[in-house]
Amino acid sequence: MILGTVVGDITSTINHPSCDGRKLLIVDKITPDRRPTGDYLIAIDIADAGAGETVLMIDEGNSARQILRAANAPIRSVIVGIVDDIRVAPEGERP
Amino acid sequence: MRLGKVIGTVVPATVYEGLTGVPMLWVQPLSKHREPEGCPIVCADGTRMAGPGELIYYESSREAALTLDPWYVPVDDAVVGIVDSLRIEGEAP
Repeated sequence: MILGTVVGDITSTINHPSCDGRKLLIVDKITPDRRPTGDYLIAIDIADAGAGETVLMIDEGNSARQILRAANAPIRSVIVGIVDDIRVAPEGERP
Repeated sequence: MRLGKVIGTVVPATVYEGLTGVPMLWVQPLSKHREPEGCPIVCADGTRMAGPGELIYYESSREAALTLDPWYVPVDDAVVGIVDSLRIEGEAP
């Protein structure tokens, strides 16, 4: 899974039927200390996320189709959770 | 999925079975600020409605072929939808 920050949204009327009625968000990929990596993804939101929130998303087709319950959805990226807190163990305390 | 801009069309003379009649578009991948990013790619048009000049979003890899019918076809990138509006927080639309 990938950590990201929601930075915007997209609306679209002409799209694949699997996107009908789904919310599409633009998500910046981030490092564990919440710095943007410079890369982004457009993801379907099933977690009710909003702009500025840190989210957890997947970028894998089979999991996406399972979550969307659509066997033929051409979707890979889905926001599956909203992150409350990220804790990274200090360098010396890592196993 | 990622953003792209349709910059042209591609007309293949011979295609693999199942891809006959599928529109092929020349797409420039874009950053979220709509700036060109990397080399242009050829996308199958799953919407069959996208045209040059339009802002679209596309999916890559195995999932791309799922926009098409039949879906068991060799396709790498495909247009999933046409963007009506794109909003980035803190930026003018």
